[in-house]
Amino acid sequence: MKKWMLVGVVCGLWTMAAAQTKKPAAAGSSAVRGKKVYEQYCLACHQIDGSGVPRMNPPLIKTSYVLGEKEPLINVVLKGMDASVPIDDEYYSNNMPPHAFLKDQEIADVLTYVRSNFGNKASAVTPAEVKAVREKK
Amino acid sequence: MRTKMILLGCVSLLGLLSVQCFADHKTKDSSNHAKVDPGNAGLTLPAGFHAQAIAENLGAARHIAVTPKGDIYVKISSGKPGNAIAVLHDDNGKMDVKTFGTYRGTGIAIKDGYLYASSDEDVFRYKLDDQFQVINKDQPEKIITGLINRRQHESKSIALDNDGNIYVNIGAYSNSCQVQDRAKGSKGIPGCPIRDSAAGIWQFRADKANQTYGDGSKFATGLRNVVGLDWNNQSNHLFVMQHGRDGLFDMWPEYYSLEQGNELPAECMYKLNKGDDAGWPYIYYDGIQNKKMLAPEYGGDGKKTGGENAIDPVAAFPAHMAPNGLLFYTGNQFPAKYKNGAFIAFHGSWNRQKGQKGYLVAFVPFKDGMPSGKWEVFADGFAGIKDIQSPGQAQHRPCGLAQGPDGSLYVTDDVKGTVYKITYNGK
Ligand code: HEC
Repeated sequence: MKKWMLVGVVCGLWTMAAAQTKKPAAAGSSAVRGKKVYEQYCLACHQIDGSGVPRMNPPLIKTSYVLGEKEPLINVVLKGMDASVPIDDEYYSNNMPPHAFLKDQEIADVLTYVRSNFGNKASAVTPAEVKAVREKK
Repeated sequence: MRTKMILLGCVSLLGLLSVQCFADHKTKDSSNHAKVDPGNAGLTLPAGFHAQAIAENLGAARHIAVTPKGDIYVKISSGKPGNAIAVLHDDNGKMDVKTFGTYRGTGIAIKDGYLYASSDEDVFRYKLDDQFQVINKDQPEKIITGLINRRQHESKSIALDNDGNIYVNIGAYSNSCQVQDRAKGSKGIPGCPIRDSAAGIWQFRADKANQTYGDGSKFATGLRNVVGLDWNNQSNHLFVMQHGRDGLFDMWPEYYSLEQGNELPAECMYKLNKGDDAGWPYIYYDGIQNKKMLAPEYGGDGKKTGGENAIDPVAAFPAHMAPNGLLFYTGNQFPAKYKNGAFIAFHGSWNRQKGQKGYLVAFVPFKDGMPSGKWEVFADGFAGIKDIQSPGQAQHRPCGLAQGPDGSLYVTDDVKGTVYKITYNGK
């Protein structure tokens, strides 16, 4: 039993390592740059731990936007948000301003950071994906 | 599936915990009603004061009012049916809690035989019987209707004077009246139109049905958002606590450092006369230099002063602490220095960086209707942790204040819905 678990763990580690070597540090360094963008443009509202401000600014922890389709997520950053609709059943009273002034790369970086931190595990966002959404308008 | 199971686990844990609380509560209360909690419900207070949690888990408990018989009405900001107002009645040591009404909102007050309460758009009143109990819970009279609610700064806090008027805060649905709210570098709209229908205190009659903007009058303008307000019977004036603007550093880093963004502007107390203008959005108050400064959205640069016609605050507090409750203490239970002074419930900051501030009840001594000394911390420890990085970490956040008939002070918490009763016995 124990032996098999060990094998399992080793296999797991090996696949993780393999996956990492396959995708050259791209996602990793994007997230590192994204942290900087986050601290400058998002932290004040969504907080250092992504927990938001109760009933005022929503959390970025496992919300349907953060983990969901990339297009609506990218659009939140590009266009901001002042909808009177609940996010995962809770209302938030503040407005989020548009951040269209950020470069495609910066938006990709910050969303990659958000999607791989605060307990989130979702794929990276690329500058090409941001560009495509921006061009759609 | 997994989240569901975790949720289920949490719910049952919560259930257990609340059963536990209840059990504790009952035995404590029934064994000796006057006994105080040796742990002061987690609060730190000046010597001789004691705190007790008299209700828990009410939900987002906002403002609070206590009847001359000691019944407690708490405004709950919840859209849940039947959960707008909680009534707490002490039934021989057992706290009986009932709820009624369906609307969100913050404001609640008792005056001349009526209970007044506000949603985020309307103000209602309920007739009270000779025991100060609401007669018809399902049919309040709507006295004010159609006030602007664009989500931001939505609380319609209320206060009443002794001449049949009610004062209602209508907060600005904006941070600083920018063309694009809260966007970096966005300019202020010239002749800020938000001030026409919000960003001030409106005055209405307390006894007239279905009033709207045209029936009332703008009592004071240039107030970004007021949540805590109270009528001062000594000087016969309305006093308000303004939530100062956000984002000086985030939006204008060319003029402000991170530290300046943290410490500016002051949270201000104003004493209002009809027609006063506190200056928002054109100016903000710098509590370090004690000056009215031109807002960067309107040509300011962190150095230019402005607002020659705007009134000055009567007291200034550290930035971003979010004053949500104001109460003038007129009781006789507390030591003499507290008489006629102001208690202020600070909800606690969210947009300081590298450590939040507030989450406490402060006190300012008064003499002849004006502050007569420095403010001090009265009750602290609501958050339950020392170094608060983000408001979600706070276990409790003070919001509303009320005085009981025996001079006890009540404080609400809108995270979990705890109601604290603070008493003084000198020991
Ligand atoms: C001024 C405060 C503010 C800033 C700055 C801000 N946001 Fe938001 N954000 C909000 C608010 C408020 C909402 C919800 C608006 C609503 O309910 O209509 C929101 C919503 C969101 C959402 C969708 C809802 C959710 O919780 O998943 C995402 C994702 C998001 N923001 C990410 C970001 C990122 C990334 C940045 C930085 C580039 C950022 N925000 C900057 C206030 C802000």
